Amino acid sequence: MLILHCPYCGVDAEETELHAGGQAHLTRETVGSDDEAFEDYLFMRENPKGVHFERWRHASGCGKWFHAARCTTTLEVFGTYSAQTTAPPREICDAISGKRPGWSWKTFSARMFS
Amino acid sequence: MELENLQREDVLMSTRLAAGGRLLNRGKSVRFEFNGKHLRGFDGDTLASALLANDQMLMGRSFKYHRPRGLVASGAEEPNGLVNLGKGGRFEPNARVTTTELFDGLTATSQNHWPSLDFDVGVVNNYAARFLPAGFYYKTFIQPRAAWKHVFEPFIRQSAGLGKAPKDRDVDTYEHFYAFVDVLIVGGGIAGLQAAKTAGASGAKVLLIEQTGHWGGRAPVDGAVIDGKSADDWINNTLDLLDKMENVQVRSRLMGAGIYDHGYALAHERLTDHAPSDDMPRHRLWRIRAKQIITATGAIERPLSFAGNDIPGVMLASAVRDYVVNYGVSAGDRTVVVTNNDDAYRTAIALKGAGLDVPLILDARASGGGALAEEAAALGIRIANGKAIASVKGGKRVTGVQVCAQAGEGAVLEEIACDAIAMSGGWSPVVHLWSHCGGKLIWDDAHAHFRPDADRAPTGADGEPFVSVTGGADGAMSFSGALANADETARHVSKRIGRKAKKATPPNADDVEMAPLAPVWKMPQGAGIKLRSKMWLDYQNDVKVSDVQLAAQEGFESVEHTKRYTTLGMATDQGKLSNINGLAVLADSLNEEIPQVGTTTFRPPYTPISMGSIAGEATGERFQPLRRTPLHDWHAGNGAYWEPVGHWRRPYCFQRSGESVEDAVQREVKATRDSLGLLDASTLGKIIVKGPDAGKFLDMLYTNMMSTLKPGRCRYGLMCSENGFLMDDGVVARIDEDTWLCHTTTGGADHIHAHMEEWLQTEWWDWQVFTANVTEQYAQIAVVGPNARNLLEKLGGMDVSADALPFMAWADGQIGGFDVRAYRISFSGELSYEIAVPASQGRAFWDALLEAGAEWQVTPYGTEALHIMRAEKGFIMIGDETDGTVIPQDLGLDWALSKKKNDYLGKRAQQRSHMADPDRWKLVGLETLDGSVLPDGAYATADGTNANGQRNTQGRVTSTYHSPTLGRGIAMGLVLNGPDRIGEVIDFPKTDGSIVKAKIVNPVFYDPEGEKQNV
Ligand SMILES: [Zn+2]
Repeated sequence: MLILHCPYCGVDAEETELHAGGQAHLTRETVGSDDEAFEDYLFMRENPKGVHFERWRHASGCGKWFHAARCTTTLEVFGTYSAQTTAPPREICDAISGKRPGWSWKTFSARMFS
Repeated sequence: MELENLQREDVLMSTRLAAGGRLLNRGKSVRFEFNGKHLRGFDGDTLASALLANDQMLMGRSFKYHRPRGLVASGAEEPNGLVNLGKGGRFEPNARVTTTELFDGLTATSQNHWPSLDFDVGVVNNYAARFLPAGFYYKTFIQPRAAWKHVFEPFIRQSAGLGKAPKDRDVDTYEHFYAFVDVLIVGGGIAGLQAAKTAGASGAKVLLIEQTGHWGGRAPVDGAVIDGKSADDWINNTLDLLDKMENVQVRSRLMGAGIYDHGYALAHERLTDHAPSDDMPRHRLWRIRAKQIITATGAIERPLSFAGNDIPGVMLASAVRDYVVNYGVSAGDRTVVVTNNDDAYRTAIALKGAGLDVPLILDARASGGGALAEEAAALGIRIANGKAIASVKGGKRVTGVQVCAQAGEGAVLEEIACDAIAMSGGWSPVVHLWSHCGGKLIWDDAHAHFRPDADRAPTGADGEPFVSVTGGADGAMSFSGALANADETARHVSKRIGRKAKKATPPNADDVEMAPLAPVWKMPQGAGIKLRSKMWLDYQNDVKVSDVQLAAQEGFESVEHTKRYTTLGMATDQGKLSNINGLAVLADSLNEEIPQVGTTTFRPPYTPISMGSIAGEATGERFQPLRRTPLHDWHAGNGAYWEPVGHWRRPYCFQRSGESVEDAVQREVKATRDSLGLLDASTLGKIIVKGPDAGKFLDMLYTNMMSTLKPGRCRYGLMCSENGFLMDDGVVARIDEDTWLCHTTTGGADHIHAHMEEWLQTEWWDWQVFTANVTEQYAQIAVVGPNARNLLEKLGGMDVSADALPFMAWADGQIGGFDVRAYRISFSGELSYEIAVPASQGRAFWDALLEAGAEWQVTPYGTEALHIMRAEKGFIMIGDETDGTVIPQDLGLDWALSKKKNDYLGKRAQQRSHMADPDRWKLVGLETLDGSVLPDGAYATADGTNANGQRNTQGRVTSTYHSPTLGRGIAMGLVLNGPDRIGEVIDFPKTDGSIVKAKIVNPVFYDPEGEKQNV
C-alpha cells in the first residue's frame, strides 16, 4: 500500500486512491512501424529490480495521470512528476543519482529503448 | 512405579490443581459444552486450559493420517487444538482452543474425525502411511487417473478436511477502523511495554497492541523480577504509567496481522469473542498507517523431533508451565522434561513447586545445564545429561518414554513411566511481521535460530528503515536484555521521527546464567528410518522427518518446493512450530548449512483473521453503492424484474401479475413491434468532448471519421483498444462546431471516459480538448414502434416528421412542455426516437409519455426485449458478440473502418498477420433446423481432434433468443469463414450429448432493407 504524492492536487494519496498504469515514458508506435517495434511498444516492459518509472492515475481523486520514480525493491520514492513529459525531469534524475550513484537516465533509456 | 501398571490409558489424567492459576478468577465458575458434554471451567480460562482441566487432552485428528492429536502449545502457535465453535449464525470452524477465551455458554465440537473423536475410521490412513508418502497428492494426481477418480478422491473427500464451512449467514457485524500514529508497537510483553514507555516519553503518538487479553508476555510465568518488583507488579505499574500518557494508546485482543508498504499495517481486534454480544461488532480490522513500527512479538518454543512426539501428552515445555502457572492445570501427574537448553528447567521447577512429579529431565547436552539445572537438582529432580528420548510409549495418551543416548542410534537404556512430556528444542523469534515487507534474517548460531538483520530492514518511501524489532523477537533471550533492547530501540525509533526520548535508565531485571544451547534436530542423532518415520515435524499436516528427507532425495532442494511437495507448514498454523525444524532436516539431507537453505516466505496474516473482518461493513446492501436512474422508483413499483448492469439495476422486463419472465419479454417485444414501446435508456454513457481539437481527437479514438460529421447529425462509431480489439460502440452526435456527444454502452461510461482522459493526458497533452462524463445529468427514454411519432406529435411542441428530423439526425426543442434533445436513432429496427431530458424532469416526462401513449397501449420494456429486438436486426452487443478477442472485421463492420484516416487507435494492430488473416471466425446468423433455441456459448464442432485430444471447433454462439417476431429460435455466432458459408448446416453439441443442427444465415433476421426504422 504505497503512498504517492499527486503533483496535480497535492494530495499524498494512498494506493487505494490510485490506479497503476505500468511503465512510463513509452513512445507510441503506430502505422508505419515494423512488427518488432510495434510488439515492443505494446507488450515488452521493463521489470527492474531497482529504479523504475511508472504511470499512476489519481483515479479516486483529481483524476490526473502522473509519473512516479521509485525503487521496486526498497519501495523508496524518488519523486512524482507530470505525465506530460517524455523524460524524467532533472530534479528527479538528480534525486535518483544522489541515492543510487552511477545511475543515469541515459543508460536507463538505452536499455529501455534498445 | 512400574510401566505395566500404567498401561491402562484411562487412569492418566490432566486435572485442575487445588491452588494456583494467576489468570483465573476461581470465584466465578463458567459452564461450557464440548462434544455434547457439559463441563465447567473458571473465568479467565482459555478453552484449552478448561478442556485440560476436564481431562480432555484429545482435541482432534490430524489431516492425513487421522492420528489422535492433543494440545501442544498454549498460544497462537497451537497446531492441534482446533474446534468447531458456536452454532448456527455464530458457527466457526478451526477455532484455536488456546486463543479462545472461555465464556458462559460456549459450545465447541471437535473436527476432522468420522464418525467420532475416539473412534475414527480415517485412522486406517495411519496404517497405510507408507502408501501416503511426501508428494502423495502430486503423484496420485498424475497416475493412475482412474484410481484417483474412483478410489482416492471419494475416500479423501469423506475423511479429510479440517472443519466444515459454515452454512448459515453470519449474524455478527464487523467493521474497519483507521488509525494514524507515529509509532506502532506490536506485542505487549515486557519489551513492548518498555518500548511504549520510552517512545511515549518522547511525545510521539504511540499505539501498543497485544494479541491476547493479558499483558507482559512470558515474564510473569518465568518469574521475572524487574527493578526489585514481581513481573506482575512491574507490568501493572507500567500500564498505569502508559494510561496517564495522552499520546499513548494501548489495546489488547488486537493482533498485528501484517506489515505492508510505506508503514501500512493491518491488525485484527476481537471485541466480543470472549463475551458474545449483539450490541457490538465482533471483530474490527484496524488499518493503520505508522511512521515507524516496532515488532515486539516475542519468540516461540520449538518442539524436538523424537519418535512418537505427536502422541497426546507431548507438549512444549513452556506450554506445560503456562498451564500450571496461569491456569492451575496440570497436563499430567508425572512429567518427563526433555530439552537442549536451560529454559525448560523452569518447567521442571514449576511442576515440582506445584507438587507434581518430575521423574526425569533428559538434557541432550552432554555437558548439561547451568544455574537452573542446579536449582532443579537441588529440588531432588533426577537429571540425565547427554540423554534423549528413543521413543514415546502410548496411543491416545503418553504412557512412558524409552531413554537412549542422544549421540547414539537409539538403543534403549531404560523405560520411564509418565503421562506427560515437556519438550524444548530452543526458541525461535517471531520474525513474521518483520519479514512481511522485506525485512531480511540472519542465522544466530548460538541460539540456533533466525533473527531479524537490522542492517536489512524493511524500508519506507524515504528509503530509510521503518520497522524495528525488539525483545525476544530480536533474539534477546534474557529479561534485562529484552528491556535494555526495547529502551534502545524505542529511543532510536523516536529519533527517526524527529523526537528525542529523555535519558532514563532502563529497568533492571535479575537474570539467571544460562548454559549454551546445543542444536538438536533429530533425537537421537543417529536415528534410523524406523524412528525417523515416527518423528513429526508438522502435526496438523502430518509431515515427518522422513518425508522431508524423501523430498530431498527426490530432488526438491529449494525450501519453497519442499514445503509445497510435503505440505510442511501449509496448515492453518502456517508452520509456526515446524518451520525451523523442517528446514534444519532439509539442510542436513542436502549436506548444506541452514542459512544456505533459508526460510520459506512469511506472508500475512500472522494468524488467520476472519473473513467478516476483511469485508467489514461492506456486506449485503452496503457491499457496493447502487446507481439508480431517475425512473428507478417507477420501475420498482411496476413489476421490474431486475438485472444488474455495472453498478446499475435495469429492468430485465416488467412482469404483470401471474405472468412469467419469459412471457413478459415476449409480450414486450410484440407490443413494441406492433405499436409502441418505451425503454429507460438513461444508463447509456454520455460523454461531452469539446475543444478546437475535439474532431481530431475523436478521429483517433473511433475507427470511423467523426470530424466530418455535420452538426445536427448522428453517426454510429466503434472504439478499439491500441491492441486492435473492439472495446465499445455507440452513437456520436455533433452538437456544434467544437462539441460532440459520445454515447457509450451502459457498462462503458466510466472506463471509456477514463480511456479518453488517459490518451489526452499522457499522449496528446498538447491537443485542446475537454471531456465531461454527463451520463447522470440526463434521463434518456427510447420511444419505439410504429406509433412513436404519433405519440410525440400528440404531446406536441416540435416537428418530429421525417423531413424535419430524418433518421440519424437530432434536434433540441420542446415536447409536451419538456426541454428535450431528440435523437432519431434506432437499436430495435423500428421507428424510434431517443429523447434526453434533464434528469430532474425524467420521471415527469416518462409519466407524460405513458399517459399520452395509452391509446396505443404504450408498453415499457426491459433489457431482454431490447436484446431480442437488436438481435433480430443483427445489431451486435458489446460483451456478447465481443469478448476482448474480437475485432470489427470479425463482425462485418469493415464499413466502419475509415480508409481515409492515416491512424486511429487499433489500426496498426489490425495490420498484424493474425488479425489480417482471412480465415477468422466471423459473424453470421444461425437458424436451428428444428426451430429450437441454441444454448448460449455453444461451440460448433469440426472434424478431428486437437493436440489435447479435444474435438476441433469451428465457431460459437454469441447471442441466442427465442424471437417472438419470427416465432422460432434465432442466434448470432462467430463461425470460421462464416459469411462465405451461408446455407451450410453445422453441428452444435449440447451438454447433454445431443446435437443441434443450425443453418448459417445472414445475421439480419428482421426487415433487412431497413424500411421500418427509416420512415
Ligand atoms: Zn491528484
